Amino acid sequence: MQEHDLSYVRTEMVLAQAAPAGEKGAGAWVRKNLFATPADSILTIIGLLIVAWILPPFLDWAFFSAQWTGADRSVCATVAQGGVQPDGWSGACWAFVNAKFMQFMLGRYPDAERWRPILTAVIFVALLVPLLIPSAPRKILNAVLFFFVFPFVAFVLLTGGWFGLRPVETPLWGGLMVTLVLSFVGIAVSLPLGIILALGRRSQMPIVKMLSVIFIETVRGVPLVTVLFMASVMLPLFLPAGVSFDKLMRALVGVALFASAYMAEVIRGGLQAIPKGQYEGADSLGLGYWQKMTLIVLPQALKLVIPGIVNTFIGLFKDTSLVYIIGMFDLLGIVRQNFSDATWASAQTPITGLIFAAFVFWLFCFGMSRYSIFMERRLDTGHKR
Amino acid sequence: MALQDIAGTTDVGRGSFVNDPKIRGIFFQAVVVILLFILVYWIVGNTIENLRRSNISSGFGFLSGRAGFDVSTSLIPFNSDSTYARGLVVGFLNTLLVAVCGIITASIIGFTIGVGRLSHNWLIRKICTVYVEIFRNIPPLLVIFFWYFGVLSVLPQPRESLHVGIPLGGENFISFGTYLNNRGVFLPMPVWGQGSWLILAGLVVGIALTIFVARRARIRQAATGEQFPVFWTGVGLIVGLPVLAFLLAGMPVTLDLPVASTFNLVGGLQVKPEFLSLYLALSFYTAAFIAEIVRAGILGVSKGQTEASSALGLRSGQALRLVVIPQAMRIVIPPLTSQYLNLTKNSSLAIAIGFPDLVAIGGTILNQTGQAIEIVAIWMVVYLGLSLTTSAFMNWFNAKMALVER
Repeated sequence: MQEHDLSYVRTEMVLAQAAPAGEKGAGAWVRKNLFATPADSILTIIGLLIVAWILPPFLDWAFFSAQWTGADRSVCATVAQGGVQPDGWSGACWAFVNAKFMQFMLGRYPDAERWRPILTAVIFVALLVPLLIPSAPRKILNAVLFFFVFPFVAFVLLTGGWFGLRPVETPLWGGLMVTLVLSFVGIAVSLPLGIILALGRRSQMPIVKMLSVIFIETVRGVPLVTVLFMASVMLPLFLPAGVSFDKLMRALVGVALFASAYMAEVIRGGLQAIPKGQYEGADSLGLGYWQKMTLIVLPQALKLVIPGIVNTFIGLFKDTSLVYIIGMFDLLGIVRQNFSDATWASAQTPITGLIFAAFVFWLFCFGMSRYSIFMERRLDTGHKR
Repeated sequence: MALQDIAGTTDVGRGSFVNDPKIRGIFFQAVVVILLFILVYWIVGNTIENLRRSNISSGFGFLSGRAGFDVSTSLIPFNSDSTYARGLVVGFLNTLLVAVCGIITASIIGFTIGVGRLSHNWLIRKICTVYVEIFRNIPPLLVIFFWYFGVLSVLPQPRESLHVGIPLGGENFISFGTYLNNRGVFLPMPVWGQGSWLILAGLVVGIALTIFVARRARIRQAATGEQFPVFWTGVGLIVGLPVLAFLLAGMPVTLDLPVASTFNLVGGLQVKPEFLSLYLALSFYTAAFIAEIVRAGILGVSKGQTEASSALGLRSGQALRLVVIPQAMRIVIPPLTSQYLNLTKNSSLAIAIGFPDLVAIGGTILNQTGQAIEIVAIWMVVYLGLSLTTSAFMNWFNAKMALVER
């Protein structure tokens, strides 16, 4: 080994230089992101004009000119319309939402019994939140309580008739409560039914396969409105005379069948994405069909299609608003019904109510989509290529 | 066969038919068929019994009965003396009308927003994201109500109609001949006079010539490499020939402008608020989904393609048109098809605001005659037919665009 004279090599690192003045700070960011080229600058100006055109009037309408409290329509109408506001006034009528809030949530549920849906909601949240937090303990107990015990508790609490609870007929139900009941049952029924239909569609047995294909393609080919019409008009025809079905029940059947066809297609996508080796591996281990599916294939397939499943849930949640068409009052239906309430009818009432309903729907759907992104990242076991 | 060996069930022999998957399959299917048959038999029996009790005769004979209702929007002449069958045709045409208009508008908005979400411009990107996140997460029915109750029904009375135009200050005003009020939009309507067919003929000839020129240009480019400005030639032919025909025929087309009378506007083309709110809502709602599809499609084309095309010397516009978009379209078309179908199916929400589409008119007939099974069957056949036609067309288009591999 020969000794080299390494004195020309630095022994300590050179301190990092500050970025050039033109490349940092707000000015550089604005230049890079908003005014990079002349065309970009024009786009930015157009964008600013759009924002300026929409945002300040909206903020003014929704907050600064809005009426938050009041007893009737007079606070939300101009003098010419029989109210107290100056001419040309335009603002949200939150007083309307405020006054009708309980109705928007629970429909015409009797006042004295309102503690029951509220208690149900509290139990629902108390069981759902730990189920959604991955690190919360006792997942299995929690899931059993949520999927098997809670539905019975909710059924008893909401309908009544047992344990001295006063029966409350479903026509009195309404508002967000109906939306949530429909979506919860729809989700709980459509997932297993969808799995069965998807397995049926990929089955080796020609008759089972054909029946699944016919069901899935027919339901997917027609609008939900016609399925709901079918459930509400034709179901009574199909049953023996005297057997009558609750209206809510009919809507539930329609929504659940509709969602399960879409769910089946999503899950089929997952089943097809599992490599053949997994099926063959399960066969070579001597697993039977159901063992193979529940232990090997479905856990992988369902994980792959979580975004699709959640999208179907979101679609189902939004679609529950269609029960308004067959004469039920979910959140949107009850908001719509209150437009014609003489105490509150004014030019601002409809749009205020709709924006409130839109906000509630948006909150739920946006929450679901964010949670699905979170779960997707968490369940990603690193097998992605 | 391997099953019982590993499971170690010794008392069942290898050849036992109980464990033969084929025989099991046949047995299981037989059970399914029998159960289904019993269910159908029971349903049909109940239905016949129920129909008999309520005195409803089944069959499609009711279609020739007198409708007795009027519709607000119709593409073909219809009054209350027309038949139910004609009513259903009116509804079908209205469904098609709103679906086609909605698909065109939703595609335009959706492609714009989708490209905007990938813009280098921060502000444009954010605006497009906000748009998509708002419209994807609220029900379409709510959007329809928003336009119908929130926007269109609070427009002024016909007497104080809003006059659409560009104000120049003072009395000067460039009028578009268009008015807005709570009865809808009033547009100028062209009146086709004598000799108008020449314009149509000009248009057809222009399109045919453009296709011919494009084909010749492609063959020439493949042979010699010389390019030909097909786009501008096409624009010239398609716009120029009808204009020429218009002038040659002595300007036969006049505009019927809406004119304010005492209570309402007279003349012009009235677009009803029901149609307008359904059309706008479906366009805006579906556009959010199309935007996401377009974004995914463009992101699906690898960056190397763009870099390779700039290495070949293509300008960025050319690279987009010749390299990126053809490949992105391949990813975009299948989900786009299902969005178009969704829009068509969502047009059935018309019933909530009283736009006479197929479902709304069918619902009216159902209430009048009680022929539930027949009406629902007609709905299903029509919507399934529309779905199959659209997917057949899009499959053809998809096959045309698909990658031709070695």
